[in-house]
Amino acid sequence: MNIVRPYGDTLDDGKVQLSFTLPIPDGAKGREAARQLVLKWGFKDCDVVHSAPLSAGFSFYVAYGKTESSVDYDSCVADEHSAEASMSMDEVNEFIRRELGRKVVVVGACTGFDAHTVGIDAIMNMKGYNHHYGLERYPEMEAYNLGAQVPNEKLIEFADKVKADAILVSQVVTQKDVHIHNLTQLIELLEARGERGRYICVAGGPRIGNKLAVELGFDVGFGRGAYADDVATFIVKKLAERN
Amino acid sequence: MRAKLGLSQDKISEARELAARICGPVLKFVDGHTSVTVERATLRLAGADDADADGVPVPNLIVDQARDRLADGAFRLYASALARTGDAPERLNRKIAEGLRLTDLPPADEAATARKAQELVNRAESRVRANREFRAARQEEWKDRNHRPLLYLIVATGNIYEDVKQATAAAEQGADVIAVIRTTAQSLLDYVPYGPTTEGFGGTYATQENFRIMRAALDEVSERQKRYILLTNYASGLCMPEIAAMGALERLDMMLNDSMYGILFRDINMYRTFVDQKFSRMLDAWAGIIINTGEDNYLTTSDAYEKAYTVLASQFLNERFAYAAGLPARLMGLGHAFEMDPTIKDGFLYELAQAQMAREIFPEHPLKYMPPTKFMSGDIFKGLVMDTMFNFVSKATDQGIHLLGMLTEAIHTPFMMDRYLAVDNARYVMNNMASFYDEVEFREGGIVRTRAAEVLDRTLEFLRQIEATGLFDAIAEGQFADVKRPKDGGKGLEGLIKKGPRYWNPFEEHLTRTLGLGK
Repeated sequence: MNIVRPYGDTLDDGKVQLSFTLPIPDGAKGREAARQLVLKWGFKDCDVVHSAPLSAGFSFYVAYGKTESSVDYDSCVADEHSAEASMSMDEVNEFIRRELGRKVVVVGACTGFDAHTVGIDAIMNMKGYNHHYGLERYPEMEAYNLGAQVPNEKLIEFADKVKADAILVSQVVTQKDVHIHNLTQLIELLEARGERGRYICVAGGPRIGNKLAVELGFDVGFGRGAYADDVATFIVKKLAERN
Repeated sequence: MRAKLGLSQDKISEARELAARICGPVLKFVDGHTSVTVERATLRLAGADDADADGVPVPNLIVDQARDRLADGAFRLYASALARTGDAPERLNRKIAEGLRLTDLPPADEAATARKAQELVNRAESRVRANREFRAARQEEWKDRNHRPLLYLIVATGNIYEDVKQATAAAEQGADVIAVIRTTAQSLLDYVPYGPTTEGFGGTYATQENFRIMRAALDEVSERQKRYILLTNYASGLCMPEIAAMGALERLDMMLNDSMYGILFRDINMYRTFVDQKFSRMLDAWAGIIINTGEDNYLTTSDAYEKAYTVLASQFLNERFAYAAGLPARLMGLGHAFEMDPTIKDGFLYELAQAQMAREIFPEHPLKYMPPTKFMSGDIFKGLVMDTMFNFVSKATDQGIHLLGMLTEAIHTPFMMDRYLAVDNARYVMNNMASFYDEVEFREGGIVRTRAAEVLDRTLEFLRQIEATGLFDAIAEGQFADVKRPKDGGKGLEGLIKKGPRYWNPFEEHLTRTLGLGK
């Protein structure tokens, strides 16, 4: 057991900072409404430290609350594919040479109507992101980034053509659950062709967790903060397992 | 504007000459061609509107009916039908929506059709002129009440009525420009949906009715604020000229309109895009709409420090294409962005150099400056600080159009309070350093001057290389944004048509004349 609470400046003081908008005019009455609201959320104390009008009928609040809620840190399980540290780019390439003895082929795209390539680019482009080189830079990998707005059918055809080992799908837009639809459709199409087992399927995006991805039939999901080395490590280890 | 970088004027002139030589062959190709959306835009200007029971817009129905004679232009068919039936456009539109085939009507005589054409051109001309005059009068009446640079905010709810609420609040908070971002993938539709819309993904459909609704709402806020609020939409995609035509009719003030964005970032065929961008920009020039170009996209896909020269090169090309479409410099919102890796030592100085360089090379252009997006994370506090740095550079180099950065950029479409914090931050910075621009000089041989000179040199090298290859081939080879686009690949090529000897487009003729583009 390791019981924890938010830490402001003293152990267990339970201090939390909040900011939110209410559809009411700014003023003393608005601040009181904000305070009561924070108390209703279960906070024991509330200081509304700032309020400002956003427009005639909307106001903005910054508040501090004190919570008595706690959580047992030891019993928490993270929604991540593995607790192990990922290998570096060099280690991944060395692993491929040693364990697989051939190039690993990876195909990636933003599917459906999603036009946001930042995620797939961060993982695949030569340059990578935040000093983590992308898969195109890996000498032991052949990486194809098909870009944005790629229909699932095209992605599968391409993966077939280049004999891909892994398919990477990035979904950034999640409004009205359009990402769920796109991701599910890819898996269904693969299953209909009897090819699901042929590929390691990887989903990624700021709102994609591993749990969600696995539920939808992917091998793994990567969310915020994942880099090419994390993705590459997962793929090559999985391939080695299969051998 | 005072020059502070000591840039070589000869090199700048050489870059402009290179741009002219690069764009020349492309423009020659453009003049011999039209496209389905150029034809539909022309029909829209003539009054074609409405949609059939399946939602197919009337301009699309007409162009489909005229499919095998588009080399003559689609306009003749519509003008002839109006002349023969004596119908007003609204009535004819309804009949077409209900199944009338214009090709079944016997043609009206040439003289009657020509008279009708003149009447339609005059009608559109007076509407667009009235829009220009209305805007100019308001801007004169309320001059100096907008921020400098103009503060630009985006709304994106998917529902035009919800957008109106958000836009009104944003304008009341201080925004000078409201952009209604479009629904994901509208750029790939080869038609413009009809009527007001309340469903969209990550944005709201650009429709003429939505334009009208938002324009009316912003005019109301403008009256209350005594500040002209500019309205922006996005012409990029397969319907560039149609969106520009709708913008001209409904008094939009800015239009995202890049000469190559569709090719590189939306995989639209290059020939189609070059043809479409020209006519759409002619419409923008006619209506006094400021174009915004998309150089920021080069920096989100490639490294902003290493690829800075691609931005400047693209600015030169966009400028050249814009002049060729009749746009004066004051309507060219050339784009760039604050996208360097925040961990680079002296990154702020490089950003300052790039922004100041753009200011000096394009002195009359209302430069459109985009905020950090690529390195924005879930750390909203860091994000707010990065936006502050961006605000500083923008004011320090006197940019024209300032797209406000959102502290929640990487997380969700902006909350109302996110926009408030963005405006508040910008106002604080820009007021606090209001006269900084006039106070500061850059040291000779220092980081800022050296960097600007280097970027200009790299740009010249790059432009020379493109000139040697030819623009079509340079794009095909992946010289821009590391994206390769085959000449006959991409979307929309089937909608490109070679003009025939009988091609007739009195709107194009009118614009060519009015904008002084005749040979």
